[in-house]
Amino acid sequence: MKKVTGIEVSLAIAEAAKLARVEVISAYPITPQTHIVEHLAELVANGELEAVYINVESEHSALSACVGAEAAGARTFTSTSAQGLELMHEILFITSSLRLPVVMVLVNRALSAPLSIWCDHSDVMAARDCGWIMLFCENGQEAVDSVIMAYKIGEDRRVLLPVMINIDGFTLSHVIEPIEFPDQELVDSFLPPYEPLFRLDPERPVTMGAYGMPEIYTEAKYAQEEAIINSKAVIKEVMEEFGKRFKRSYRVVETYNMEGAKAAFIALGSICENIKTAIDLLKKKGINVGLISLRLFRPFPSEELEEALTNVERLMVVERAMPQGSINGPLYNEISSFAFSKGMNIKIEDYIAGLGGRDVEPHEFVNIALNPFKREGRENYRVIGVRG
Amino acid sequence: MAKPMEMYKWQDLNIGCVIDEPGNSVDYKTGDWRTLKPVTDYSKCTKCGLCWLFCPDNAMRPKEEGFFEADLNYCKGCGICAEECKFGAIEMVEDKK
Repeated sequence: MKKVTGIEVSLAIAEAAKLARVEVISAYPITPQTHIVEHLAELVANGELEAVYINVESEHSALSACVGAEAAGARTFTSTSAQGLELMHEILFITSSLRLPVVMVLVNRALSAPLSIWCDHSDVMAARDCGWIMLFCENGQEAVDSVIMAYKIGEDRRVLLPVMINIDGFTLSHVIEPIEFPDQELVDSFLPPYEPLFRLDPERPVTMGAYGMPEIYTEAKYAQEEAIINSKAVIKEVMEEFGKRFKRSYRVVETYNMEGAKAAFIALGSICENIKTAIDLLKKKGINVGLISLRLFRPFPSEELEEALTNVERLMVVERAMPQGSINGPLYNEISSFAFSKGMNIKIEDYIAGLGGRDVEPHEFVNIALNPFKREGRENYRVIGVRG
Repeated sequence: MAKPMEMYKWQDLNIGCVIDEPGNSVDYKTGDWRTLKPVTDYSKCTKCGLCWLFCPDNAMRPKEEGFFEADLNYCKGCGICAEECKFGAIEMVEDKK
């Protein structure tokens, strides 16, 4: 039987980066940072991890240093949250368009103001179209396994893209969970050392990040788009291989109780576990509701979602970000656009919940399932639990 | 560059648009932005080389007998050479193409 360790998820993620034999870690160590990079700093300082740890003066520099290290051929890791991701914003696009497979764990937290260090998805949603592969995790084990898979995915010559692993702030990052760590030998056999296609090397000079005239820019962006769309096949392949070797399998779209369910929730991240509890409560009342959890958000898993939605007539989108003046929240907009383009006849409702760390308890999902939101006046969505 | 930029398809580009042929930027002629070009009056020129030193694009090139002239493939007509010339030997004139 495998050994299970009780460990804070942030520390477990750092241990996963160590198992992946990261060579360069660059991070800004102050709020909203987490124990992930703190523990990595300890591992490097104690000589347990042979890596270069670059302490920088901002998140903009943290990701810039990762870009430089990755361009020189190193396997790199960084982690941030909330405002930190916003400060990285410019470099997010450069990382993906230079096709550098940096791996970042984004601990999802609310954006200021008001100042908040608690969980929601406004940080990642503000950066959702930055060309990174984006995974969401429901629990600590998924986060650990995702770090190992992320390098295998990103560094594949058919992909060569950065990967962002989203984990919910506090709900995951600061809780102790039972984690099963794979053996180093098994990780090594799954994840060989990084062999970059191009690297900055004085012996064989190359230029990265050159000027792109109007005659070439469209082709450059098209090539990048092809890469992220085609990465889905590799992501599925890696998840399957991971399952075979590590005996824990993942899919790009996970479902729960979807058999015969005509109504379903769809959500991202750890909130899915609360929804599952609600689904079990509803089942006891004789009401059958399912859940679709998007593990993969970029590239958008269209075919897999279409399959999951086959018998669904009512879809309840639960999302942890405000529309900010848009018609609906970002997840709803995406899913409704997808359903419309496929000609699906599904009633889709938008529920904004869990902003800035507010707990959303299972009974609230039971309420949602029992009391469908009907559009009235200007309201296109319902904000769960808002007073007034 | 093996062929003109507008001939490249997206499949032809290196991943990440990496340029793996060092120094090929000289193939890209940048002089077509120019509206003015420098014209040197060699009777005033003292061969001091200030124009050559100050040209930000290294487009002022030495020629025979120690004089300098603009390589119009790369000269953008910025006028720094004319500004820096202490002898009034360089005049910026309209470049009619």
